[in-house]
Amino acid sequence: MSKMLNLKLKIWRQNGPHAQGAFLEVDANDIPEDASFLEMLDVVNERLIADDIEPVTFGHDCREGICGTCGVMINGQAHGPEKATATCQLHMRKFNNGDEIVIEPWQATSFPVLKDLMVDRRAFDRIVEAGGYISAPTGTAPDANEIPIPKEVADSSMDAAACIGCGACVAACPNSAAQLFTSAKLHHLNVMPQGQPERWKRTEAMVETMEGFFGSCTNHGECHEACPKEISLDFIAFMNRDYVKAKIKNRSLASQ
Amino acid sequence: MVTLDAKIPEGPIAEKWDNHKFSVKLVNPANKRKFDVIVVGTGLAGASAAASLAELGYNVKVFTFHDSPRRAHSIAAQGGINAAKNYRNDGDSVHRLFYDTVKGGDYRSREANVHRLAQVSIDIIDQCAAQGVPFAREYGGLLANRSFGGAQVSRTFYARGQTGQQLLLGAYQALAGQIAAGKVTLYNRSDVLDIVTKDGEAKGIVVRDMLTGQVHAHSAHAVVLATGGYGNVYYLSTNAMASNVTAAWRAHRKGALFANPSYSQIHPTCIPASDEFQSKLTLMSESLRNDGRIWVPRDIDEKRAVANIPEEDRYYYLEEKYPSFGNLVPRDVASRNAKTVVDQGRGVGPLKNGVYLDFAAAIGRDGVEAVKERYGNLFDMYERITGEDPYSVPMRIYPAIHYTMGGLWVDYNLMTTIPGLYALGESNFSDHGANRLGASALMQGLADGYFVLPYTIGDYLAPKLGESVLPTDDSVFTEAIQTIDDKNRQWTSNTGTHGVEYYHRELGKIVWEYCGMARNETGLEKALSEIPALREEFRKNVKVLGSPDGINTMLEKVNRVDDFMEFAELKARDALHRRESCGGHFREESQTEDGEALRDDENFAYVGAWEWNGPGQEQTLHKEDLTFENVALTQRSYK
Repeated sequence: MSKMLNLKLKIWRQNGPHAQGAFLEVDANDIPEDASFLEMLDVVNERLIADDIEPVTFGHDCREGICGTCGVMINGQAHGPEKATATCQLHMRKFNNGDEIVIEPWQATSFPVLKDLMVDRRAFDRIVEAGGYISAPTGTAPDANEIPIPKEVADSSMDAAACIGCGACVAACPNSAAQLFTSAKLHHLNVMPQGQPERWKRTEAMVETMEGFFGSCTNHGECHEACPKEISLDFIAFMNRDYVKAKIKNRSLASQ
Repeated sequence: MVTLDAKIPEGPIAEKWDNHKFSVKLVNPANKRKFDVIVVGTGLAGASAAASLAELGYNVKVFTFHDSPRRAHSIAAQGGINAAKNYRNDGDSVHRLFYDTVKGGDYRSREANVHRLAQVSIDIIDQCAAQGVPFAREYGGLLANRSFGGAQVSRTFYARGQTGQQLLLGAYQALAGQIAAGKVTLYNRSDVLDIVTKDGEAKGIVVRDMLTGQVHAHSAHAVVLATGGYGNVYYLSTNAMASNVTAAWRAHRKGALFANPSYSQIHPTCIPASDEFQSKLTLMSESLRNDGRIWVPRDIDEKRAVANIPEEDRYYYLEEKYPSFGNLVPRDVASRNAKTVVDQGRGVGPLKNGVYLDFAAAIGRDGVEAVKERYGNLFDMYERITGEDPYSVPMRIYPAIHYTMGGLWVDYNLMTTIPGLYALGESNFSDHGANRLGASALMQGLADGYFVLPYTIGDYLAPKLGESVLPTDDSVFTEAIQTIDDKNRQWTSNTGTHGVEYYHRELGKIVWEYCGMARNETGLEKALSEIPALREEFRKNVKVLGSPDGINTMLEKVNRVDDFMEFAELKARDALHRRESCGGHFREESQTEDGEALRDDENFAYVGAWEWNGPGQEQTLHKEDLTFENVALTQRSYK
């Protein structure tokens, strides 16, 4: 049997984007330290249900740290205290008996609260729709080995593509900027040979769509600290370089 | 009376698909825009189908209960995707992948479908590479491969331990491009709660908007379900929390036959459960078996710390029993052997519910860095969950439900027994027989979506040119909406003692105990009496708080569990009727002297497809006989 923890929780409750929110204070006793953070919330919810109180709504699905659905602020930190760990992979053994834990939703204007700890992150999909793809209609592809890609390039692309789109970068940023997400998406495609034909168009469109939703980057680096996949800040530099180039190239390409 | 016509094309196996592509009816490019197609689900099968159909010119509406299409559970697949590229020059071919898949499925799949799958596997890799999927590469820049779960050739392509994520992002990005182009309309946070038919044909769906609670209808010329498997009937599985059987089950209730529901795959390498609070099980990629050695202590009363147990007291049971395949035996064999040693009392860990997967030999041979390069992210995940460092102590693993081979019965065109209703990916039954090979789920999902449905759907649509979709104010839609809405209000007025999690957990215990890794007649009959009793209590007593008019996660779940309660009974009934062992279905009454699964080809070489007869009525069994003209039926042996 695992060791048990007694915790004091303050959980944000809000019944819709425009509703007034408030903290629910709960004594969460006898929480096994082998439970994950979300399993701890499951236990709390089952107890609330037993008392005829509506359970706390939070986003979650795979519970393996890959789908990017979950994510809450834990004592002011996006995804909580453990580095490179999504909320669902955080385990209660990282907490101590008697701890007070404040649990809040991501806070950013472009991530409105839907209910309690669940927010709307559709702005991320809009950024991808602006150009975060390579136009390769089904059936048009050449043999996969016809385009050799140096291992370093494929690895670098993969480092960026590992982003799970959870939104912790935005939540951690004092400006609610989405540079880390957008630049990871861009780098994944822009570094690959297949991504070159649409590179400049993609960069301009995605950056400008991002700016329509999110704040500006002032190089705090909080996004990287909060990122469960440790996406590198270098990608933001690459994006800024590409954006400047894109502004020129997109004009000169059109005038060729 | 339903007759099962698989519509398998004429000709030699290698020519069937090409013949079929030539013989199916086509919709002229200018006319495709006159057809509306609904796709439910945005995993590999759904997203690839929706994007490909839109590229062809069809108007596509795509539905997901997630906030974004990118979150579908395909994203969690770790290990890889098979393709018969033979890039390694090691004797692979379309025929070998076909052969391996039929044999691996324990001769319970349809030859023609499997051969087509092997053929299009080649195109999938090309397609994904063109989309920018960052597959692993060799230093020369060419694609890397590995051997995976039971295969004797290296045909698996991968992107670190996140292959599913990268393939799904490829399909999601293709979908995003089509959304931007206006060819696909995305409905996120939408729970599909009914399939609507009229005159025997699929006409549309009924959907609950999960934000507003509003129930409304969508109509189309054809409906495509790509809604995944039913693994969560077990409560504990490696499936995501919201994965469910609802859309497929409600199609079944509308007349679609459900095939082989007893087949479920147990994945041998998952992290053992640690307590009652456990909400799901976590899979560790099976690629770990390439380098990890599986063992338990020989002595049931072993008390020494792992490091102090000498080699001769370690029982490497797979290596001893299966010298030629060793730790790489297929999933079902690896799983059953783990159950055997744990049942003998040799289990390891605090609850004695696991076996060791030991990397000491690989670390000694190749060094820590090489092992980290191959499995670093998996080791990190294990450490986060268990608090133990797998570089210094062996991992503990145990089998868990992972994938479901059964599903909606489909013909060669992937159409269910309801005309105009298709089922793709894990939600259909067609390609994996009674057991799926590792790295073949991603292959099948993408094959169905990118390369099969876009060809076959035209055959159904072409004669409908000029027909308009059924208006959503038709009584079949309004009545379906009313029924769903009433039902939702009824749930939220229930005032019982237990929440929905409790009932789901209880259901899972019954299904795992009697219809899990090993099944027998007595147990299955017990399940068939316990499941309906639990269902009745659940329906009367489950407590659902809150209102149906808005976000209500309890209401979402109660609908899903309600369907699992009905589905579980059919699953047990199918398992009871199949008095043979095959693949993931192990009947204790049917085993060899060595305790291996023993098929009964004389009596059970068929697909068992069940027809709904109404609530509380037993389903009727229909049989599609399986004929094997290209692969000889043999007893699988991995010794």
